[in-house]
This record gives sequence, structure tokens and C-alpha cells, in this order.
Amino acid sequence: MYSFEIERPATIAEAVAALKGEDAQALGGGQTLIPTLKQRLAMPGVLVSLAGIDAINGISRNGAGEFCIGGGSTHAAVAGGAGAYPALAALAGGIGDPAVRNRGTIGGSLANNDPSACYPAAALGSGATIVTNAREIAADDFFQGMFTTALDEGEIITEVRFAVPEVANYQKFEQPASRFALVGVFVAKYASGVRVAVTGASEEGVFRWAEAEAALSADFSAAALDGLTMSAAGMIGDLHGTAEYRAHLVAVMTRRAVQAAG
Amino acid sequence: MPNDIGHSASSKRREDVRFLTGVGNYTDDIDLHRQSHVVFLRSQVAHGRLKAVETTAAAAMPGVLRIFTGADFEGVGGIPTGWQITSRDGEVMQEPGHPVLAQGKVRFVGDMIAAVVAETEDQARDAAEAIELDIEELPAVIDMKAALAEGSPKVHDDLTGNLCYDWGFVEDNRDAVDAAIKAADHVTTLELVNNRLVANPMEPRVAIGDFAPGTGDSTLYTTSQNPHLIRLLMGAFVLGIPEHKLRVVAPDVGGGFGTKIFHYAEEAFCTFAAKALKRPVKWTSTRSEAFISDAHGRDHVTKIELALSKEGDFLAVRTDTHANMGAYLSTFAPAVPTWLHGILMAGNYKTPLIYVNVKAVFTNTVPVDAYRGAGRPEATFQLERVIDKAAREMGFDPIELRRRNFIHDFPYATPVAVEYDTGDYDATLDKLLEISDHAGFEARRDASAKKGLLRGLGINCYIEACGIAPSNLVGQLGARAGLYESATVRVNATGGLVVMTGSHSHGQGHETAFPQVIAKMIGIDENMIEIVHGDTANAPMGMGTYGSRSLAVGGSAMVRATEKIIAKAKKIAAHLLEASDADIELKDGQFSIVGTDKSVAWGEVTLAAYVPHNYPLDDIEPGLEETAFYDPTNFTYPAGAYSCEVEVDPDTGRVTIERFAAADDFGNVINPMIVEGQVHGGIGQGIGQALLEGAVYDDNGQLLTGSYMDYAMPRADDLPFFQVDHSCQTPCTHNPLGVKGCGEAGAIGSPPAVVNAVVDALQRAGLDVTHIDMPLSPARVWSAMNS
Repeated sequence: MYSFEIERPATIAEAVAALKGEDAQALGGGQTLIPTLKQRLAMPGVLVSLAGIDAINGISRNGAGEFCIGGGSTHAAVAGGAGAYPALAALAGGIGDPAVRNRGTIGGSLANNDPSACYPAAALGSGATIVTNAREIAADDFFQGMFTTALDEGEIITEVRFAVPEVANYQKFEQPASRFALVGVFVAKYASGVRVAVTGASEEGVFRWAEAEAALSADFSAAALDGLTMSAAGMIGDLHGTAEYRAHLVAVMTRRAVQAAG
Repeated sequence: MPNDIGHSASSKRREDVRFLTGVGNYTDDIDLHRQSHVVFLRSQVAHGRLKAVETTAAAAMPGVLRIFTGADFEGVGGIPTGWQITSRDGEVMQEPGHPVLAQGKVRFVGDMIAAVVAETEDQARDAAEAIELDIEELPAVIDMKAALAEGSPKVHDDLTGNLCYDWGFVEDNRDAVDAAIKAADHVTTLELVNNRLVANPMEPRVAIGDFAPGTGDSTLYTTSQNPHLIRLLMGAFVLGIPEHKLRVVAPDVGGGFGTKIFHYAEEAFCTFAAKALKRPVKWTSTRSEAFISDAHGRDHVTKIELALSKEGDFLAVRTDTHANMGAYLSTFAPAVPTWLHGILMAGNYKTPLIYVNVKAVFTNTVPVDAYRGAGRPEATFQLERVIDKAAREMGFDPIELRRRNFIHDFPYATPVAVEYDTGDYDATLDKLLEISDHAGFEARRDASAKKGLLRGLGINCYIEACGIAPSNLVGQLGARAGLYESATVRVNATGGLVVMTGSHSHGQGHETAFPQVIAKMIGIDENMIEIVHGDTANAPMGMGTYGSRSLAVGGSAMVRATEKIIAKAKKIAAHLLEASDADIELKDGQFSIVGTDKSVAWGEVTLAAYVPHNYPLDDIEPGLEETAFYDPTNFTYPAGAYSCEVEVDPDTGRVTIERFAAADDFGNVINPMIVEGQVHGGIGQGIGQALLEGAVYDDNGQLLTGSYMDYAMPRADDLPFFQVDHSCQTPCTHNPLGVKGCGEAGAIGSPPAVVNAVVDALQRAGLDVTHIDMPLSPARVWSAMNS
């Protein structure tokens, strides 16, 4: 680890100001950034910890009935506090291990947009709204490829708003070593239609499976998926699984998510 | 009934109190006055010519004391190899030089180019990054068969090629084996890979060199399984320090699994640099560094053929193995695929003709050496897999085919140069079928099928050669060391004992089990006995711990020393009791005259030895301290039978282990709980190899599995509860304790059981899958099911 300065702002405004500094970097729960620093793979001059900002912590419902999760909320907090959205709570409770869940945050995970992370599937699968210090961004516009998002430099995720679906489920098939998602599929059924978001599989990061969404919107049952396959083109291939294997797993996990959602 | 020895057979491990409460004394816990820190600059390319190592700017950075490069080690010895193998043609193996820091070329990702010693570790790391390297990258040699092809780049320019040796065993049997295979009713052939593993002890390696200018003495603190061996190898072959001027200390060590047997260049560097700088020099490996610098294990590619009669009698076995040595020869690397592998190819079976061919190959990868089981898992895996395949091809029950070929008469001289002293393979197989509820398998399979899962059953037997090893025999086989063990038993005046042993405990529980042996011999409480190990300054020359040898060899030395103690104590007791020592018996800590009620207590005798007022000074010396060296007359042969039941998810290829049972014959057992723990750990690592672990290089020699993000270590939830049993006991006939060793059995016996079970599950589902190479990851199983 290289040496760096650390700032601990108490408000969003202070954090935004601190992030304007040279080589400044926001620090959420640090579950990706700290290991990167330990490997000397990053050299920020200043780390701006978001952990002390009360305004981005906490879980509530707003007037529209949306589930509003502060960007600094830990996975453990969501797992324990999102009972009204059980699929989301279950997803958060299945990330990493207890140590990760007690430090890692939803804002940090979404901002990082790791192609194997779980939260991007929930956000995209729920059509969530990512709220920042500057604006509101629809999930469909937020994820822009592996480790790439719509966030501008220094922009902070303050809240993530989820419309609660009629039914939903997340199925994760774990990579044996890291236990990140080799393939994870989030299925959510809304009155307006079904959304299916896939993480872990694509070289472009999290994506929606349009064919499955159309089939399930017409008939929300596993049988509706019969004959639907995912192309291996653009899927990740590595020592844990070929592109063909990941494409196959997308279909399997989607089916299981629909079955589990009921 | 099992013969479980000891006052309270399953005494709880006394050492665990300090380990679990954080008050152990590991090497990294040691910080010396004026200590400096070293960071090694390691090669990031697998193969390259070192054209320049520019250190001037780095050396001027804050805190830097000195930067060493290969040039500083010209005239210093290289890292030696402890075993010499002779090829089929009578030539000795090719043995490349292994400088402490790279000279001329780098040969694997992780090879050490320079060493920066600084006041702090961070300063050393900063300066290491500032060193400018000019490396001409050369094509990397990764695949073993490609490495042997005509025109392949050479890992070592001064060798004739990348072949280390071409070993045939037993060479005289070669033609007879070929003829038997040609004439046999049936021949089953299997090609397989025994996957490369990273040992991953919980504690990474650490070394601290120290030098006392006043006396000229050097001390090395290191994470080693055998400090005396390090003192011998490093002192005699690398640095030229005589043993009386060199002390090696291996305090608490957090797991070894073989990878801490070997003498590593980092140890020599720290000792050398401490003398050069007249300051202690400390190195602590990072986990990332461990992946590219700890010797790896396994990495064999094998073709095995088993010839059978139509009735199912094994007629001949022929194997052809390529064994990866990596870029340099690690301490015992040449012995692992040869003498620790070839001599086990008979297994539990009376196959009359066996021929083993092993080609050891240099590649641009981390050196490969012994890892838990070392050669014996590779032998067992190929044999037990090919037997299963043969049973399927010929329509035999795999259990009955094994039984039909079991050895029953002991001692049994195998066609691969060893003599099994004792065993009962039917007994362990019967016990296995009982504890695994073999009869209930079909019902469990039905239950799995109702869940849409494919259940399979895998069974295998194993034998291993442990208690390593008779010195005169291994000398003939090319070992450059003896393999005896030593113990000094020091009885104190008030009756307590200290045993100084060359065996080293790094998880095996010696500090608990060894006292149980002596406590029983004397008849005193085991808490009166302390085990001291891991320091060449106070233990007699010993060879350390590996090959399941500690109790069989080290324990035997301890028994011999204790017998000398008892003999002398009886003379003292006889004097005190005014009797003849031939009439004295020792029982429950009391010396008494046979047939009388006259006795004297252990403590009175020990006090007399050190306060010799009323003492036979004309006859014997004061004091009560004895040393014994024990050299075994044969290997020991633990054996047993393992079974595994798996469920395979046909949609994903994911394998889960539902049941696992092990019936082992370890001979006599001292502490059943420790034995059970050893078996559990071994099975955990065996299942790790079978399902999860595998070190993978890309074609350029980059290690793709260089962290836990990609190298899958087994976790608790990957493992089922184990049914283990050690009640089948045929005691070893040639050591005083009748023990055989239990440390490696689990890692040897479990991989074939797992793979046999998965293949069984797929076969029962009607799939034509005869083999899948380890690790049986979901992706590989799915691919096999869908190819």
C-alpha cells in the first residue's frame, strides 16, 4: 500500500468538495478498493471516506411506495432491513461473507460495477433509480459496461430507489474460488412487465435478457422459457467456465429464479 | 479391539491453547533489535535474459541499506538438491545450478532478481519498484511434452535439454511387462492429469537472519518443518558456515504440508545479508508472493495401462508419467515422482508385473516438490482410477474386483522393491462398507433422483509407504541425507522430563501425543513431560517432519532414549533399595523389588540422580539424560479404504459431496482424536484437489490462479461430515510402537474416491463419461456431460 491522506466528511457537500482534490478517490466500504490498494494497484492521493455521512445511511419508503436505500448502507443493513423486498434482502444477505457484508455498501458496489457483482443485477432487474448528489439516473442508463457507469468524476451515490415488484428472485451460481457470481440472474415481475437482469456472464457487464422478459411478461412461468437460449457471443470465457457454459447457466438460473419467485 | 495407547487416549491438544488464544510464537512474531527488512524484486516474466539490473537510483531512496543482485552471490553456493536420480541409461539426472538471486536469466514468474534491504518494509518495497530492469523476454516453456520436443527453448542453456531424467522402474521387468500386456485378455488404458497444487499453509513463509559479530555466529529463524536439514543444506552447500557456527530455529509453524520442508533461497539470503550488514534481516512473504515462490505440488501427466485376465486377475501394470520439476530442482523434487511414487504402484494388489517410466521435465514454472502425500497420491489416483475403469469395461463389481486381487499373505514382497510387513485389506474394506452404510446407497440414490440430482458412489483402496525411511536403503536410491530421527530425554531432579526431538510439530500435535507415550512407559502423568523441538541449539541432529514419519521414527527414537533412562533409573533404584537391578520393576511410577512391597518412587530416584549422596558413583554417572538415534529398518505401510457419495446437478455440473467415509489401518494409535483430526485435514485437502484446487499457467507462464479470487481453496461448507474409523489395526512389525503414521492418508485416499463417484453418477445416468480431470469444477463436469 502506498501512503495516502484520508478525509472523513460528515456531509455530502463536504465530500463533494473533498473529491475535487487532486487524485482524490471516494471510499465506500472498501471491499474492492482496499485490496487494490494493498496490492499497490492504485495510488490515490486522498481517500474520501463516505462512512461518516449520516444522510446517505438508512432504509425507508417514500410516498410513491419505493424502497429507498441510502448509498452508504451496508449489505448487512439491507439484508436485515429490506424485509418488504425479500428478494433484495436475500441478495444482499448472499454477498460475500459476514465481514464483507458488514463493510461493503450498495453505493460502492453499484459505482464499481464489477461484472460479477450481485447488486447491479438487482438494480437493473428492478428498474431502480440511482440518486446522486447531482441527479437521478435510471438503472437502464446507469450501467455502461464492465467497471463503467454513468457517474461523473466525483459524483456520489446518495440513494438507490427500488419499486417493489409483485414477485422477484435472484439466483446466483458461484464461481468456485471467489464465490462472486459466475452467473447471477435477477427476475422481477411488475404490473408493467417482467425484468430479467444478468450479472457475471457478459463481457459488457450486467445486462437485460430481452427475449426472456418478453416471454415471461406474456406468461410468468418456467415453461414460458422453454426453447429460449442465450447466445455465447459476448459471454465471458475463463478458467472457471467457457462462454458456452455461462450462456447455458443464464438460461438455467433464469428458470430457477422464475420457479423460486413462484 | 483397537489398541489406543495413553493414560487418557484422546488427551486434548495442549498446544492449541496458545494457538487459539493468540499467544503462539510464530516466526513473524519475532522482532530483533536493529532489525531491517528485505523485499525481493521478482521476475514478472517466465523466461528472459537479464541484460541489466540498474539499482543506483533505488539505492539512494530513503531508508535503503543495500540492494543485492545476482552479482553479489558469485562465488557463493547455489541452492542444493537432496536427491539424485539415475536415468534408465545409467546417466545421473541433469542438475542445473540454482543461484540465490538470478544470474544471467530469469526462469519463472517469481524468480528473484534483486533484494532490497531497508529500515522498513515499505521503504524496501518503494525502492524495489524503482529498480530498472532490462530483460530480453524469451519464449516460455510451460507444457511438459512440448518442453521435450525437438527444438524447444531450453530452461537452462547449459543443459542438453529440458529432460531432467528418464527413470525406469523396475527396468529389468520392462520386457516382461510389455509381453504380459500384449498377451492379456483385456487391457484398460487411462490417460489423466494429476493437477498442480499450491500448498497454502495458513502461515506464509518468514525468514530472519541474524549475525553476532562478537562470536561470528549466524542464526536463522525460519518457518521450517526440519531446521536441522536447513542448517545442513544452507551451511554446507550454500553459505559455507560450519554447523557449530550456525543455529536454525523454527518456532511455532502454522502448517507446512510439505512446502516448508525445502531449503529456499530467501533463507540463505537473509542469513547472508545479516552477516554482510551486521544487522538482522527479516522477510515475511505476502500471500501473493507465496503463490509464486512456495514450491508447488503434484503436476503429473500419466498414461496407465492395466492388463487383466478374463476372470479379473491383475496381470501387469505399465505407466508412463511426465512429472513437472518447474524451473529448478527443489530439495526433494527428484524423489517425489520416482521413489515415493513408483514403489507404490502395486497398491493393495498382488499384480505380478509392474513397470513405471517417469520423465522429469524442466519448465518455466515455480519449482514442484513434495505436497502432502508426495508421489503416493499420484500413484494411488492412477491405479484406483484405472481399476474402476477396468471393472466397468469388463462388467465386474468394482469392490469385488479389488477384493479378488488383494494381497493376503504378509510379509509381501512387491514387484516394485518394497516389502509390506503387515496389513488386512479385507478388514478395512469391510469396515468401510459398514460405516458408510453401503447397503443404503440405492435408497439414497432414489431420494437424490426425486430431487433431479444424479447420485454416484466411488470406492477405492490405498496403501502408502511412510515412516521414511531406512538410511542405508535411501542412500542406495540416491538420497543425499540419512533419514533417522533423534531424541534426547532429560529427566530433571524433581522428576519432570524434557524431550528434545528432531521431529518438528507444525499442526501434528506432537506436544500432546509424544508425552502420552513416555507417560505410559514410566507410569507418570503426561503433564510432567514437555516436548522441545524446532531449535538446532537444543535438539540433537534430526531430520524433521514429513512423510508421516514423526511417531514411527521420531517416536521410536524417543522410546529408545526412554528405555535407556529406565535402565539407568533401575540401577539407581536398586542401589536405594539395596537390591539387584535385575529384580527391579517399574510400574505406575514406582520402582519395586519384584515379589516384595519394597519400593521407591520415580521422584526419589530422579532426585538421587542429581543429588547423588547415596548413589552408586563407582558404577554409574550422576544425572539422568539419554539420547537415542533411531533408523527404521523398513517403511511403514498404512492402508485403508475410502468411499464417497456425490450428487451431480445435471443442469449445472455442480458436484456436492454428500457422504464420505474412511476406514484406515494405522497400526497402533496413541491419540485417537489427533489421528481423526489428521484424517479430516487430509480428506479436506484431497477433496480440495479433486473438486476445487488447481494451479493454472497460461502459455506465457503467467500464473492465472495467483490469488484466492481464482485458486479455489476448500471451505468448510464444501465438505460433508466424515465417517472415519481406525479400529482395524495390524501393528507395524518393526518399530517399537507398532505405529504406521496417519498424516497423509486422507490426502492420498480421497481424490480417487471423489472422481470414481462422479464418473459413477454420470455412468448411472447413461452418459458415456469415463474420466474427467481434476479439479472437477462445475464447468468441467458440465462440459464432459455435454461433449
